[in-house]
Amino acid sequence: MASARDLRRRIKSIKSTQQITKAMKMVAAAKLRKAQERVIAARPFAGKIQEVLARLTSANSGVSHPLLQVREPKNLCYVLISADRGLCGGYNANVLRMNAVLLHSKPGSLVTIGRKGRDFFRRRGFDIKSEFVGLGEDISFGVAKEIGQTLVDYYVKGIFDEIYLVYTEFKSAMTQKPTTVKLLPVEQPKESGKVTQIDYIYEPNPEELLAELLPRYIDTTIYRALLESKASEQGARMTAMGSATDNASEMIDKYTLALNRARQAAITKEISEIVGGANALD
Amino acid sequence: MADKNITVEIVTPERVVFSEQVDFVVVPGIEGYLGVLPMHAPIVSGLNIGILKVITGGKETKLATSGGFMEVNNDKVVILAETAERSDEIDVSRAKAARERAEQRLASRTHDVDVARAEMALRRALIRLKASGNE
Repeated sequence: MASARDLRRRIKSIKSTQQITKAMKMVAAAKLRKAQERVIAARPFAGKIQEVLARLTSANSGVSHPLLQVREPKNLCYVLISADRGLCGGYNANVLRMNAVLLHSKPGSLVTIGRKGRDFFRRRGFDIKSEFVGLGEDISFGVAKEIGQTLVDYYVKGIFDEIYLVYTEFKSAMTQKPTTVKLLPVEQPKESGKVTQIDYIYEPNPEELLAELLPRYIDTTIYRALLESKASEQGARMTAMGSATDNASEMIDKYTLALNRARQAAITKEISEIVGGANALD
Repeated sequence: MADKNITVEIVTPERVVFSEQVDFVVVPGIEGYLGVLPMHAPIVSGLNIGILKVITGGKETKLATSGGFMEVNNDKVVILAETAERSDEIDVSRAKAARERAEQRLASRTHDVDVARAEMALRRALIRLKASGNE
């Protein structure tokens, strides 16, 4: 049985940990709200660009572009989006595990976004082609563009024949799902529902438009994945910190009970000693 | 034709900037500025760095844009712009700083200067200043 002083010290320490987890939960909740708003704000653009691309490629099936070219997949690349920081439950572990499984079945190189993924795979000696860390809370489209540029470059130069994006899809604050999508070569998006054959005027011409549109499409896909991952990270952190706070409360209750017992036992012991002493005098 | 108007949606990756019924739009197309009135033929066009003008009931709204795409179909104009800022949203001091930086880069012309990039930056800054009325 621990002494009363030990118990008091432990309760104090758990209390201060609880304060931290509680604060982190609150911060994550606020950031989650912001991240969610950004995911929603980014949706119209992503949807529209996909629509235009689908229309352009289906109406002009003859056009070709380096980014549409399918090659024999000899060199693969996985773009892994993880967090810069921990303390977010299973968020990093889940996406890292998914990528590790992928690497096991189809070996390839890595481009890591986020510190956790980079550290994990670097420690294990995997080939990391390039890395992006410290993107911060507010992900701008400029960052996605920079990453997109790098990847398009790799693809066009033939360094990689297929590039996959490994990220975490945001379902809700409670559930996040690690996901993989093929980024390059660009697969022709299916036109949703009815195929409307409209005779568009293309200015300057379909080829040049496609050459402009495809890189933008890649950037947008990356941007969306970054935002989804960020929202997932905050959601996972909020949930993890919430349960940590609950666990701390439970532990405090348990130790408080033990402390009261110990105190009572000490008092009882003291009384019986006094009574014993008084009896001895008689 | 008088009661006909067109729906304009200006979207950037970060948000929907503008979505309204208007009478007339002028966009900076790759091949030059082009105006879109109701009943325009379906068109997909690339956009240049330039000023977008939206006119509703004689009132004109200006937006600075740095390129993108436009799709017109069935009196609906969808503009996918990389950036689009209303004239009153433009950060004038930032645009001025960007102009100076780009001008200095172009003036020095040392071998490590990416001339094309600096020129693009200069054009973007000038368009922003023009749209905000601070030339």
